[in-house]
Amino acid sequence: MPLLIRNFRTSFYTDEGVARAVDGVSLTVSPGETLGVVGESGCGKSVTALSILRLVRPPGKIEPGSTIELDGQDVLALDDAALRHVRGNRIAMVFQEPMTALNPVLTVGEQIAEVVRVHEPRASRQEAWDRAVDMLDRMGIPGAADRAHHYPHELSGGTRQRVMIAMALVMNPAVLIADEPTTALDVTVQAQILELLADLQRRLGMAVLLITHDLGVVAGVATRVAVMYAGEIVEEASVGDFFARPHHPYATGLLHAMPRLGARRERLEVIPGAVPSPTAWPDGCRFRARCQFAWERCATEHPPLYHVTSEHTSRCHLAVEPERRGSANGPQRSRLGDRASV
Amino acid sequence: MTAAHHPKAAAPPALLSVQSLVKHFPVARGVLGRHVSTVRAVNGVSFDLASGETLGLVGESGCGKTTTGRAILRLIEPTSGRVVFDGVDLLGLDPGALRRMRRRMQIVFQDPYSSLNPRMTVGAAVREGLTIHRLAEGAEADARVRRLLEEVGLRAEHATRYPHEFSGGQRQRIGIARALSVEPDFIVCDEPVSALDVSVQAQVINLLYDLQRARGLTYVFIAHDLSVVAHVATRVAVMYLGRIVELAPAAEVYERPVMPYTKALLSAVPVADPRSASRRIVLKGEVASPAHPPAGCVFHPRCPHPLKDATCAEIVPPLEEKAPGHWAACIKEPIQDRAS
Repeated sequence: MPLLIRNFRTSFYTDEGVARAVDGVSLTVSPGETLGVVGESGCGKSVTALSILRLVRPPGKIEPGSTIELDGQDVLALDDAALRHVRGNRIAMVFQEPMTALNPVLTVGEQIAEVVRVHEPRASRQEAWDRAVDMLDRMGIPGAADRAHHYPHELSGGTRQRVMIAMALVMNPAVLIADEPTTALDVTVQAQILELLADLQRRLGMAVLLITHDLGVVAGVATRVAVMYAGEIVEEASVGDFFARPHHPYATGLLHAMPRLGARRERLEVIPGAVPSPTAWPDGCRFRARCQFAWERCATEHPPLYHVTSEHTSRCHLAVEPERRGSANGPQRSRLGDRASV
Repeated sequence: MTAAHHPKAAAPPALLSVQSLVKHFPVARGVLGRHVSTVRAVNGVSFDLASGETLGLVGESGCGKTTTGRAILRLIEPTSGRVVFDGVDLLGLDPGALRRMRRRMQIVFQDPYSSLNPRMTVGAAVREGLTIHRLAEGAEADARVRRLLEEVGLRAEHATRYPHEFSGGQRQRIGIARALSVEPDFIVCDEPVSALDVSVQAQVINLLYDLQRARGLTYVFIAHDLSVVAHVATRVAVMYLGRIVELAPAAEVYERPVMPYTKALLSAVPVADPRSASRRIVLKGEVASPAHPPAGCVFHPRCPHPLKDATCAEIVPPLEEKAPGHWAACIKEPIQDRAS
């Protein structure tokens, strides 16, 4: 059980007030598992990822009471030296835009070799370089020995992302956090990178935390899914169970709002309204203003993560009052009849 | 290009006819600006579009879809070819006549924020077109601006606010109101929902769909996301390295794609169904540079077609009608299996 996050809260102390970006998130990622954390802009998914590596900068602050354990070790209690050892060595991260995460004045081989030399000071320059080339080769980069001498700007977006993954995996970390790793890429390149990640995970058995806005990507590569909304996890389940039986009205709304390849020309279902402000999350259920099922209880009582089954949780009172779902505007609204938000 | 290689509109006469459109960008190096190569961004694109149609122009980065959209409107000056709009060849128009024609042809950009003046109120931005084209002034213009804002799902009182006060989805609505203000017949939508979250994206797609029905608009809808295009397009043109490689009614492209590239592109789209991942065709290699496109078929170095041979590297495949209304640029017999 390498990565365990409990009751995690990260807030940003701004002039407009305290933005509770991550507000009580608990997650577990096990070896060989890919947990897809999915949600829209501002839901807190990326701040969660940065918080795990303690990369949140002021005015952001990890609140007291938050817990991150890596193989039983309390990450929040580590001093700077110990933290540096954990970062890149035991937990590594891949970002959305490799161009901004790579150093433009070093060749990609040097950058990967540098990671090796930081974590293994006794490794010689040649050893570090050889391992860098070997990693690039394992990333499926043709002519890796030659490509290692290239600068980031000389490479395509897909190859840069392969370099980022090589850099993240060169120390064989127990946990890989990938924050929108394919969002900036074209769809055929995305397919290549997702296949690479899945293949590497099968061989290396690491735990992967995949942050994405794309439920299609989650369906393709994740084993479990956690849906975030307004700083909280609102649903968590195995991928198979989630896509077969989504429970939370936000999750079902997202699935219905997704354009589908098989669709004919037609309007899409929409989730009316917009995400509330993180400086003023509503009382009760945070989704209730946009929810077609909301009733009195949703305004007064903040829903806990209910167990829908033993492995499937949902932060919706429908879990204990399922008969409410059968109310007038059920989830299967006509795609053509809906004019809610336009 | 002969008429046999020119995809017709769904229902003639065509409102827009694009013929052998070419846009080359010279690449210069050094202090003397020595011409070193040419980027063939658009390399002979032809199609007709009937009034009320939506042509989805799809493809990956660098395929030339955005350049095509801009060259049609002469926002970028084409290198050669013809763009005939309602019987008038746009490339022959002088600046004054082009400006008058532009009232009928508008564009909606991916990021409306960078196309809106931050110091201009939303009302003033929407009103600008009315003034330039002398369509309305004074109280009548104010009333029109209010009606337009309401038509795109904003509120009339939003007219006095500034762009930074709006969310991404709302800004896209402002960009759409601005395009509509001059009562156009034709709009190039250039990745209009790519920067938006799924739930907001659905709202804007529906808006574009409703506006088209209410106003009888004709769209060229440029997008890299094939699922978005499925919801809006009547026909779809797939581009690769500056050329249209497949063009057909939307359902045909999605259900019976002919080109190996189209099949791979469709199969790569992530689908929110864990059971579909196994059918993915992962292409090898990367797209060639548009400065040095491969000889023959531009896709041949990556093509998984089992009948691929040396002729694919020699013959530039013409866009041919393989089935009624279904055009493709491949010299080999289509593979029968379904990819998507």
